Amino acid sequence: MKRILTITIFTLFLALAFASVAFAQQSGPTDDDVNAIAKQLFCPVCENTPLDVCPTQACAQWRALIKEKLAAGWSEQQIKDYFVTQYGARVLSEPPRTGLNWLVYIVPPVVFIIGAVILYRGLVSMRKPAAMTVAESAPATKNESAEDYMKRVEEELKKRN
Amino acid sequence: MTQTNPTPASPRRGVPAWVQVIVWAILFGLLALVAFGLRNAQQGTVQVGDTIPGFSLTLFDGYQYQDKSTVSLADFKGKVVVINFWASWCKPCEEEAAELEAVWRANQANGNVIFLGVDYTDTEPEARGYLTKFDISYPNGPDLGTRISQMFRIKGVPETYFIDENGVLKYIQIGPFASSAEIQRVIDQLLND
Amino acid sequence: MLADFGYGILVVAFLTSVYSVGAAFYGHFEKKQKWVESARLAMQLTFPLLSLAALDLLYLLATNDFNVSFVYEVTSRDMPLYLRLTAWWGGQAGSLLFWSWLMSAFATAVTLRNWDRDREFLPWVVIVSSVTMAFFIGLNVMPFFEENPFARFWASTLDGSVNAYTFQPANSVAFPTPDMVATFDGNGLNPLLRHPGMIIHPPMLYLGFVSFVIPFAFAIAALVTGRTDDRWIRITRRWTLIAWLFLSLGLVLGGRWAYDVLGWGGYWGWDPVEIAAFMPWLTGTAFLHSVMIQEKRGMLKHWNMILIILTYALIIFGTFLTRSGVLSSVHAFAQSNIGPAFFGFIGITFVTSISLLIWRWADLSSEAQMDSMLSREALFLLNNLLFIGILVVCFWGVIFPLISELFTGQKVTVGPPFYERATGPLFAGLVILMGIAPLSAWGHSTIKTLGRALWKPLIVTILVTIAFVAFAFTNREVINDYFPYAIIGFFAVAMTAFITLYEFWRAARARSRAQKENFFISLWRLAGRNRRRYGGYTIHLAVVLMAIGIIGIEMFQTETQVSMSRGQKIEFSGYTIEFKDFYSFKYEDNRWVNRAEMNIYRDGQFLTMLAPRYDVYPDGQPMTIAGVRSTMIDDLYIILVNWEQGSADLAPFKIYHNPLVNWLWLGSYLFIVGTLIAAWPDKDPESLPARVRGKQTPVYQSTSAD
Repeated sequence: MKRILTITIFTLFLALAFASVAFAQQSGPTDDDVNAIAKQLFCPVCENTPLDVCPTQACAQWRALIKEKLAAGWSEQQIKDYFVTQYGARVLSEPPRTGLNWLVYIVPPVVFIIGAVILYRGLVSMRKPAAMTVAESAPATKNESAEDYMKRVEEELKKRN
Repeated sequence: MTQTNPTPASPRRGVPAWVQVIVWAILFGLLALVAFGLRNAQQGTVQVGDTIPGFSLTLFDGYQYQDKSTVSLADFKGKVVVINFWASWCKPCEEEAAELEAVWRANQANGNVIFLGVDYTDTEPEARGYLTKFDISYPNGPDLGTRISQMFRIKGVPETYFIDENGVLKYIQIGPFASSAEIQRVIDQLLND
Repeated sequence: MLADFGYGILVVAFLTSVYSVGAAFYGHFEKKQKWVESARLAMQLTFPLLSLAALDLLYLLATNDFNVSFVYEVTSRDMPLYLRLTAWWGGQAGSLLFWSWLMSAFATAVTLRNWDRDREFLPWVVIVSSVTMAFFIGLNVMPFFEENPFARFWASTLDGSVNAYTFQPANSVAFPTPDMVATFDGNGLNPLLRHPGMIIHPPMLYLGFVSFVIPFAFAIAALVTGRTDDRWIRITRRWTLIAWLFLSLGLVLGGRWAYDVLGWGGYWGWDPVEIAAFMPWLTGTAFLHSVMIQEKRGMLKHWNMILIILTYALIIFGTFLTRSGVLSSVHAFAQSNIGPAFFGFIGITFVTSISLLIWRWADLSSEAQMDSMLSREALFLLNNLLFIGILVVCFWGVIFPLISELFTGQKVTVGPPFYERATGPLFAGLVILMGIAPLSAWGHSTIKTLGRALWKPLIVTILVTIAFVAFAFTNREVINDYFPYAIIGFFAVAMTAFITLYEFWRAARARSRAQKENFFISLWRLAGRNRRRYGGYTIHLAVVLMAIGIIGIEMFQTETQVSMSRGQKIEFSGYTIEFKDFYSFKYEDNRWVNRAEMNIYRDGQFLTMLAPRYDVYPDGQPMTIAGVRSTMIDDLYIILVNWEQGSADLAPFKIYHNPLVNWLWLGSYLFIVGTLIAAWPDKDPESLPARVRGKQTPVYQSTSAD
């Protein structure tokens, strides 16, 4: 098992690593070996269909091509690269990590972090005046026993009606 | 928390100008982007009358043009260029393959016309099988990275583009030709202009 | 004739909604209540009008009137009646009419309520609803868009060419000509769409989309009138819940359809159009949570406005993306002319809503302060942050291919790995939050109070997680690369499930002790008297069930593709699968059916026979129908693939083993139950007649529970 752990900014988010399947078979590549790679590629002519499930004849040809390349001893990466030079970057299930494409990986975490900062600052600023008003909003949550809890539930229910 | 009097305690604060600027910039950027996408989706192929920018095509093994294995549009200056987009998985392409080859052979000697086959998203073994099957002799090559087809914004295969001696697109055929006479007619028209 | 009638009705409906907008404006600015009332009545009139147009179209569909181009496109003679009728929303023009019709139904329903206390909202609610409606009817009505469902075929007498026009062109006769009428057949609906899931899925989504227009209309009304308390939220609370339920069901049904029909063993492919429907759900869900803070504490007024505007914007935007051909997607409608019109509408609504929001920003200040970082409002805000985080990922992924093409000319795909990696942790965070947040108190919580409610379920969770890991290590074949993430996922899911169940139990037990009732009666009454809270908990439990299904199929799915000869047996994921027999025959509706029979065994025991099919319709369109054995533990899902390469003696199969996926569908049932509990009308002042209500003191301002 070879594990490709791509180190990106997404490791911030506990990146899901996906693994490539080793295909050291004695009797030629199986359909499963082909699908393992086809899964990671998109059909170059259909709209947004992964190659392993695409039902068209063209896709069957591409799967046959993968099989052929596998039989010729190509590695998964070589096959993917070959597909990219032949059919363009859109066959990859993710944009290649080059040039402008980095934006796709960087923008969401950056926006998320900005959001988190805004939220945190908002909470802090909202909390500041609380020191003065804390008595007023005295909560019924200290040392809550089952009875207190029940009382609170009932209270809320009463308010409701 | 009453419904009639919004707390006047905090000072009335509007949206800071810089935030407004950012919000509008993002909004209009987004709209511009969508407008671009919409234009792309709505506009068809390149239009008749457009000058076709240069491109180069690496030919399949066994195909050559003046002993070169890579041709570019500039090589054909002064000739009528017939660019045919095809693929081996495309059934309608097969209908016109023999006709295209026949017209090519009829015009080859005259030297003023060049045919170019651009193989759109295909697998090489299948493409070779197709070329052999129809005994196609004019220069043919794979459209690497679909660059050429993106340039022409083709909507499918087969599509055939006729470019005149000055590199201006003169005629577009969407779908297969019905007969070789039809192809010849377009070529004659371009040659006589 | 009937087609022209239908078109005429549509034109009248269009004019009516335009009038309604104008009258509402005039009545508002001239302070003439009569005109506002007239606008309201005009808006109500669109519903019978559009119903009539719809009935007309249904009649044409039912009677195979192929003179009408829409009927020709979506039906054919071999389709059964129910499919011909539901083909109404099987094409662009019809589904636009369906949209408008639903919209008018909701708009009418909302104007039937008692408006005495909300007079100032009325003109604006009418304006927003009618503008939306006029836009959608306009798409049908304006001949330029070529989306008139009543357009008819006309054959030119000059060159014989046949085209669809709204009005008869010069030198033409109706097509098909009288001698052809009896035999002329329609195009027929794409066989992939001839599935129960696909029949209900679009209406559910549209219902969700359309009903979100109502809260949006009230929000805009609140902004314009400056009545910035939580009144608009209270009025629309139930609408929002119902809208959200429909949207959720639409999404789930779409997934179910994909699982049953598309034959790739999955239910969600992160396709741009799926995401387009998912995005308003995200903001809608965030909205449902954050409005509670405004109701309880008078805070976050800005944020709620932003969320509802975003939801509406995303609905229109998503509809636009689906229907304009901007995005390449398997779901997209055929290319059409309506793109620019949609674009204009989007521009106008975005700019107007944002301008209004900026204008009123200062009036929307908070009425209370946050006391604790662990208070429920803080945790709800964190929930909102996570939802918005997922939204950003989705939006950016959908939009990025356009950016890439614009700046580099290079087409790229943003596919499942991107979305899964980026949203997975956010979803996990949401699940955990879903368990913890309900434990915290409004205004104030401490680690201590939280911990008290938390420690018992937490211990159970840890035990269950350990049991799960132990199970995995005794069945090592289930351990794959995703296993660590599966552990985290199951931990989150189990924790939330136990906390929620514990909450139910704690409250019911306390009540049963205090009231000396039976435990279950207590539970029932508790839920009945505090529907919103316990409906919410039920929904949370449903989401937990769905999460179990999703973890199961996403992280433990295994698949294999094999060509089997007749009689051959293979072993796969603990099952023995035997390719027993094969039939190929022509079915009564002229499709070729290729049907394999597979015997399924486990531990030598015969379980069932599965029959995967590969049907080929007369127009050459194939359809893969999986043979599925579905249990609560796993699904065995077999399809015939690449049939062209196979024969009756050697057939290629693709076999999926999808653990736990049934929990996903099970959860969606509970989800409906939970939402209904939460939205069930109760005797609150809203629903009482004005007479009765007048006698009550307006105490409800700060009283709604939870």
